[in-house]
Formats: sequence, C-alpha cells, structure tokens
Amino acid sequence: MTEKLIFEKSRPGRWAHAQAPAAAAAGNIPAQFLRQDRPLLPEVSELQVVRHYTRLSQLNFSIDTNFYPLGSCTMKYNPRACNALAMLPGLLNRHPLGPVSHGQGFLACMYELQEMLKAVTGMRAVSLTPMAGAQGELAGVAMIRAYHVARGDHERNEIIVPDAAHGTNPATATMCGCVVRELSTGADGDVDIEALRHAVGPKTAGIMLTNPSTLGVFERRIIEIRKIVNEAGGLLYYDGANLNAILGKVRPGDMEFDVIHMNLHKTFSTPHGGGGPGSGAVGVGKRLQPFLPIPVVGRSDVDGSYHWLTEKDLPQSIGRLSGFMGNAGVLLRAYVYMRMVGRDGMRRIGEFATLNANYLQARLRAAGFEPAFPERRASHEFIITLKTMARTLHVTAMDVAKALLDEGLHAPTTYFPLLVPECLLIEPTETETREALDRFADAMIAIAERAKSDPASVQGAPYKLPVRRLDDVKAARNLDLAYRPESRGEL
Amino acid sequence: MSELPGELLYTEEHEWLRQEEDGTVTIGITDHAQSALGDLVYVELPEVGAELDAGDEMAVVESVKAASDVYAPVGGTVLEVNTDLADDPEKINTDPYGDGWIVRMRPIDMANSNTMDPNAYQELLDSLED
Repeated sequence: MTEKLIFEKSRPGRWAHAQAPAAAAAGNIPAQFLRQDRPLLPEVSELQVVRHYTRLSQLNFSIDTNFYPLGSCTMKYNPRACNALAMLPGLLNRHPLGPVSHGQGFLACMYELQEMLKAVTGMRAVSLTPMAGAQGELAGVAMIRAYHVARGDHERNEIIVPDAAHGTNPATATMCGCVVRELSTGADGDVDIEALRHAVGPKTAGIMLTNPSTLGVFERRIIEIRKIVNEAGGLLYYDGANLNAILGKVRPGDMEFDVIHMNLHKTFSTPHGGGGPGSGAVGVGKRLQPFLPIPVVGRSDVDGSYHWLTEKDLPQSIGRLSGFMGNAGVLLRAYVYMRMVGRDGMRRIGEFATLNANYLQARLRAAGFEPAFPERRASHEFIITLKTMARTLHVTAMDVAKALLDEGLHAPTTYFPLLVPECLLIEPTETETREALDRFADAMIAIAERAKSDPASVQGAPYKLPVRRLDDVKAARNLDLAYRPESRGEL
Repeated sequence: MSELPGELLYTEEHEWLRQEEDGTVTIGITDHAQSALGDLVYVELPEVGAELDAGDEMAVVESVKAASDVYAPVGGTVLEVNTDLADDPEKINTDPYGDGWIVRMRPIDMANSNTMDPNAYQELLDSLED
C-alpha cells in the first residue's frame, strides 16, 4: 500500500474555502513584487485535505497513540491542560513588540518560570531565551568561554567530553571555537577518573557532563570530578538531557555545576520531536551570572512590575540568541506544567521515572536480556545489549526494533550510545502504567523467542506497517523532499 | 568472523595500513569497523598535501547509525585520497581492504606508528566479543 501525496490527488479547478487565500489581500502589493507564475499547490477539496492529513496522522506513532520509550528523549505525556492554558486568548494574542505594560501577565508567568527553574535546579539565575537544547548548549559553552576571556585567560580552549555524551556536546564545543578532549568510560559506566586527571591542564576551559549519563547510570564520583576540574581552573557544564531522572531529588546547583541547560520540552512536558519548537533554558551559578544571554525577565523592587533585562542590566551578556525571548508557547506550557505538578509532584516525577525504568529493566533481565551495566541500578533509562543475539542468531537490535513496531510499540533508541554494541536505550517515563510496561516486556520476550525459533521472521519485520524496511542509505544520500509534476511517473 | 589480511598492520581504532614498495602507506578501515558502522552514506576526505601527525583526525565516515572519525595511524603527508568514495562510500562496506581504501600517505616515522600486527589485532577483536 502506498499513500498518495496530496499533490497526486490534485485536479485542476478543484478548491476549498478553508484553504483558499483571500484574493483581496494581494491588492496593495506593487506589481513588481507579484510572482508571474502561479505557485504549485495541490488543487483539492476541503474534505480531501481533512481525510489526507487525518490518515497520515493515524499512520504516525505518537505518545498520544503508542508507548514511546525512546531513550534520552523523555517522550512523556503532555497534559492537555498545558495546551489549553497556554492558548488562552490573552496569551495567544499578545504581540511580542507590544509595550511591556500590556504584557504583565505573560511576563509574570515567565518570571515565575525562571524562579521555579532556579528552585528545582539549585542554580542562581536562569535565562529562558535559548530556543532549543542545542542553543542552550551553545549559550552555556559561550558563557564559559566569556568567563575565561573576561579574566584574561585566553588560552583556555579545551572542553572535556565523555565518550558517552550526546553528539551535540562535542559539536557545541567546536562551534564555540574550543578543542574537544574525549574522556573514556570505565567498565561500570562511570567516567574514568584517572583519564580525567590526565586530561585536565592549563588549557582546560571546562567539562560537559550529562548526569545521569546517556548510559542510564548516575555519575557517582561527581564531587571528585568537580574537584579535579575546578582545581585545574575549568568550569562544569551540566547537560540537562536526563534531568527528568533526578527531578526533586538532586540539584545540579548542589553538585556545584556552573551552568546547566534544561530541555523544557522534555522534562517539563511540552510536545516535541520532529524538530519542532523547543526550549533550552540555561541556569548559571555565581561565576557565570554576568554572562547570561538576554533578555531575562526582571521584577521591580519598587512596585513589583515586570520588565526585560537587556544589555544595560547585563553588560557582559553573551548577547541575544533570537529576536525575542525563546518560544513563548513552549515556555508557557512548561510554566503551566510546573505549576500543576508543584514541588511534591516534581519529586514524584523523578521517583516514578526511575521506578518504571528499574521495573522494566528487572523484568527484561529476568527474561534473559542482558543489561549493559548489570551491577548498576538504572536511572530513568537503561541499556540492554543484544550482542549475543546478533552473534548467535544474526538478529540485530534494529531487527528487534522493527518487530516492536508491528506490536504497536515505538522502538527504543537504537545504536546509541555508540559505546555499547547492538544496544537498545529504553526510557519508559513516569507517565506509563504498570500494564503498559508489562505489555512492552511481554512483546520483547515474545520477539526474543521468535528470534530463536524463526529468526527470519524477525529479520523481515515489520509486516503490519504501511511500509517495510526502507532504504536508509538512499534516503540519506538522495534526499528528495520537493514534489515536481515531472517526477510523478517515478513515484 | 571478520576478515583479516595477514600482510597489513592494524590500529586500536580499527584502521588498517599497508606498506607499499615505494615507501608510501595506504590506509583504510577494517572489515570489523565497516561491519560495526553499517551501511556508509558519506566519507569526508582530507586534502591532498595535508600534513598529519599520528593520531590526528584524518577522515570522517558516516553511516546510517553513526559518524566516526578515522585517525592517522602514522604522521606524514597525504599523497592521494580515494575520490571514488564521494559517490560510492559503500565501497568501504563491500571491499574494505581493496577499493574501499581511504588515503595514501608518505609516512614520516613508520617506527613510531600506532600499529599492531594481525595477531595482536585479532586478540583485540576477540576481547571485544566478550
């Protein structure tokens, strides 16, 4: 079964009221700016549009329809209340260039969001301005650089990154003009402390750590790591990818990190995935406070009114990262979410995210699956390695992932982190019931049985989806996203 | 079981190196490396004439799973790069020790290369299997 593109459903002259542009809108545009040819748009009826996109949405896997244990992505449920409240007309219709006096309600929400993030992370100050996790990282390392440069310490340009880190960490360091020094991981999943001692020196600008790491374990020697890096003159960067695991339990500020980025879209539950709008808010300790990206929301001591803090208030700021302050809609959803769960709820998030991961790990382990770090307790996510299955049965992690799709389960993260061969990184999140976890474990066990009795049937999965195995190589190398009428014959 | 030609030298980072009769060396990645990476989609090559130290990043190989650096096993000057890989990176998958070669270099100091003989590399591979 092949889904037709909406262009292929097009018939000349067919149109829909809902999608038709108002002809009058073009009336005042000077002739030289008007295009000569009509744009290539599908000509379809309103019902065709509704059916087409509704069908596509049904073919998709989403947290609203399927268990979605994609490791390090925290695909938890996004409460409907967050959407509803963030879309109140007063918030939706606020113009970003409107006077501050007209947006006090919005600014109050943002100020309180900054305060709540400070409280939950233990950091001294927060800027909401980074538009996504990667931009939060960029802001964080840029602040570390600015700190050293402001002290006349121009030679510090090395950022230490564990080999288990997200690929964005070394990319960020490189984008900030730093040199990356990779750090190896010990057999127990912790950073190799001896390797760290050798890596630090007079050129060390800082270290980027994810804790719990992408290996799904808590970095137990964090205090020792901080000491080694600080004594060498470097700062500590906390990658908030896995903040969900420690929410309400451990605060990066208490571990004395100098800077943290938080993926509000992960931890504080706003819709994400597919490269949509995100939020990479950054929190800083004392040393980096002067360098925060602007704008930040301030509150007047005199009358309690809210205003933007700009270059005048933070002259050493690394500057602006976008025209306005972050993605307002995402920030509002995070605000509503945090207000809804409250301080106690925050702790339960961390507890249940961890409990769910450990329950699932225990069930899979009991069924014969091999955890990557068997002696370690999982954080909010864990890794199993299918290297034995791959070697003896020639059924790989990718085959198992595809077979899960047939069961109506989104696959876990595959082949990441790169350190563990044939791995699945599984993050169930706190919003799943025990029944949902059991269903996933049962499906995994059934697939493993089938891999033994009939390996070809797993190697050939999926069978029940609109498409089977796609040509990943062709997709990566011959990316073709534009519809052209002349290509119709090839489809 | 991955293939391991006996006349080559190998590195911990899963590169191979062949010493040619004219004193140059040809470098690629091993059968084990290509198999672990999966189908390659892109190879980033160094410039001809580039001077590299042993351990420098020499090339990048990108597969559907991951992007991975290829390190220079020995210092020297890049004489030739396998430009066929731009269009056919899968040559590394199909023929890692032949058409899938990556770089030809004039080495500075072969005595101090980061290489090992096939037996030592086989032991390394065996230890990874555990």
